[in-house]
Amino acid sequence: MRTICFYFQVHQPYRLKPYRFFDIGDDHYYWDDFLNRNVMRRVAQKCYLPMNALLLELIERHKGAFKVTFSFSGTYLDQLEAYAPDVLESFQRLVATGHVEVLSETYGHSLAALKSKEEFARMVNQHKEKIQKLFNGYTPKVFRNTELIYSDQIGEMVADMGYKGILTEGAKHVLGWKSPNYVYQNSIKPELKVLLKNFLLSDDIAFRFSNKTWKDYPLTVEKFISWIKPIPASEPVLNLFMDYETFGEHQWKETGIFEFMRALPEAVLSQTNYGFSTPSEVLNQVEPVSPIQVPYPISWADEERDLTAWLGNDLQDEAFDRLYELEKIVRKLDDPDLIRDWNYLQTSDHFYYMCTKFFSDGDIHSYFSPYDTPYDAFINYMNVLSDFVLRIKEKQKELEAV
Amino acid sequence: MFGWEFPPHISGGLGTACYGLVKGMVHHNQEVIFVVPKLWGDEEELADFVNASDITIDYREKKFKSIWKNLTYLEVSSFLVPYLGPEEYQKFTDYAIHDRTDVDESIFTTKYEFSGKYGKNLMEEVSRYALTAAQIARDRDDYEIIHAHDWLSFPAGIAAKEISGKPLVAHVHATEYDRSGESVNKPVFDIEKAGMEAADHVVAVSQLTKNTIIRRYGIPAEKVSVLHNAVLDASIIKSKYEKKVPEKIVTFLGRITFQKGPEYFVEAAKKVLDRDENVRFVMAGSGDLLNRMIDRVAELRMGHKFHFTGFLKGDDVDHMYAISDVYIMPSVSEPFGIAPLEAVRHNTPTVISKQSGVAEVLQNAIKIDYWDVDAMADATFALLHYQGISKMFKELGSEELKNLKWEHVAARLVKIYEKTLAQ
Repeated sequence: MRTICFYFQVHQPYRLKPYRFFDIGDDHYYWDDFLNRNVMRRVAQKCYLPMNALLLELIERHKGAFKVTFSFSGTYLDQLEAYAPDVLESFQRLVATGHVEVLSETYGHSLAALKSKEEFARMVNQHKEKIQKLFNGYTPKVFRNTELIYSDQIGEMVADMGYKGILTEGAKHVLGWKSPNYVYQNSIKPELKVLLKNFLLSDDIAFRFSNKTWKDYPLTVEKFISWIKPIPASEPVLNLFMDYETFGEHQWKETGIFEFMRALPEAVLSQTNYGFSTPSEVLNQVEPVSPIQVPYPISWADEERDLTAWLGNDLQDEAFDRLYELEKIVRKLDDPDLIRDWNYLQTSDHFYYMCTKFFSDGDIHSYFSPYDTPYDAFINYMNVLSDFVLRIKEKQKELEAV
Repeated sequence: MFGWEFPPHISGGLGTACYGLVKGMVHHNQEVIFVVPKLWGDEEELADFVNASDITIDYREKKFKSIWKNLTYLEVSSFLVPYLGPEEYQKFTDYAIHDRTDVDESIFTTKYEFSGKYGKNLMEEVSRYALTAAQIARDRDDYEIIHAHDWLSFPAGIAAKEISGKPLVAHVHATEYDRSGESVNKPVFDIEKAGMEAADHVVAVSQLTKNTIIRRYGIPAEKVSVLHNAVLDASIIKSKYEKKVPEKIVTFLGRITFQKGPEYFVEAAKKVLDRDENVRFVMAGSGDLLNRMIDRVAELRMGHKFHFTGFLKGDDVDHMYAISDVYIMPSVSEPFGIAPLEAVRHNTPTVISKQSGVAEVLQNAIKIDYWDVDAMADATFALLHYQGISKMFKELGSEELKNLKWEHVAARLVKIYEKTLAQ
């Protein structure tokens, strides 16, 4: 029997408030509470609450034959506690069914894996503790790095931390002729298994579902079944990875996305030889076929499936380098307030807002950005960072004085 | 005098300069009739104000026809205004690109409501203003000389001279070359040139501007006098606003456009920061080069020490001057440039480009060529670190300011009038 692995990324950043030059050295609170709360409540109503209810209904109806997997960023969980305890509760109920897997990641949904092994490990650990606290001692076994960013080196670090597997993008330029529908291994540490996103079928749901110019519009359950049936029987898994906000937020409920998901499990179970599994189950049941070489980092973003959504232009690189200059001293000071802001400042979204790839994926970027332009994003971020540096220096002085 | 705006309803420095000049003239018991396209009613009672919007034109006057013939309607497409704020500028360019309207019969109605702004129908208003000026010149006889401020009122000045036969002084606060570099707007240039040629005497706000007038407009040197601007209030401003950061602050405050030379400030900042980490640079303002400046700052990896505030207004401008340790004006071309004098009032030492009119009157400032970023960096570093020189600038600068009075400017203007009338 073959299996479908549904995985949803659940994340919201802490967005910065408009922070002026005159605020530097004066105002040490950086977060736009109003906006963050607003986004969280809006998405809760449109997506989290109805979709959680639907998933619970499906899991119960199929008595465990239907399963899903989540990764929650720490910034998301913090905001759930602050703004949407009702959503948190419904996630806890889902996890308590035993048919939902929760993945490990960095607390701040950060790009630390690209910069520092120590910081990466600290953030993963902090995230693990948060998951254990909120989900009744649950300990994740499989890793998913921010935005599916992966390379051989990142895989090696993850293996060293004791994880059995990692999720990433089935990027064309990495796979070549190979199929994403197998289990692969990290090329440095073969004990770490690698699950690859089938981006065609995933993006059919996540991006193209309501696109009226798409030749296969509208996407129906029958159509989807007719696409997965002919996949060669030797290919054991089908990894459908997407943002959780696909359901109800990116694809509005009027598009029929909820009805699609409501009908899909039953159709899959009755009309195909596919079942549903979580990543841990896949790793236990399916033998890897070969190592996969990923010398340069890949991600699931944009056409390029690389890092250019977050890093590469001067604005992004400057902000990123300035931020990580502070790494050692922040960890040494170990001040709870500083650590909190340090986590939130590392969130990849801040760098995403500074992206200047206007032509290929610009509209996706502007859809997600609270700023008018990447330049505004940069100015605001650097002002905040300047204040953060001043606070670090103050704290250092305090400690030296003691 | 024909102007285009008068405080408190102004969009830039032209209105302020007219205000100072009129105030100075009043000090010397000169009676001034001041015409503006639109009066708001809350202007200070300094002059005999004439609201051009109130003037009824009597078309039976034959001369009007010939005046109108000379006022060819001109299409607008670029920087027209001497001192334009970024918002007005935006509105203005939007208009120029999308919203050209043809001049219509409304010019020839007997009465016309001017907006007095720099927006839509600017050329129409300039033309109509000239007709109104002719009417005023015919109706009144209680004046000896006509004085027109900048190209917007040059057609008015020419028309008034034609009707009355009285001498005309053309006052140049900025030329098209200052506003647009080498890509001058021909119609505006033509009006400027016609105004200066028709005038019996030309007044320039700086030697720099006089040179432009001679070189670019072909006006004979002996016909041009330099009359520097002054300050309305030379008192030192003691701000209670306190700096919140420990580092020293170096500031650029102005429109981020070609004319103001922002890129030289950025390059100089890099050179200073390489030697001294304990400084923050601030670029306050907005403009079409803003994003390029942000890119460059990021590329030079100094985003943590170089900040952008966007367009500042009200108290924020004062606060910015107050917390600055050095103020830099690296203008590529600045007919006068009053901002450094504001900095001096806040006891902030200044670095100014030699390509500015203000450099001719302010002695206690470091003057550099706008393109010489090494010199700019050296000067900044010196002012930040060598207390002696910045202290001296603070003391002497404020003394110097006290001598830059509009009374003195007006006294010289009276002399120019006398000379012109005697010709």
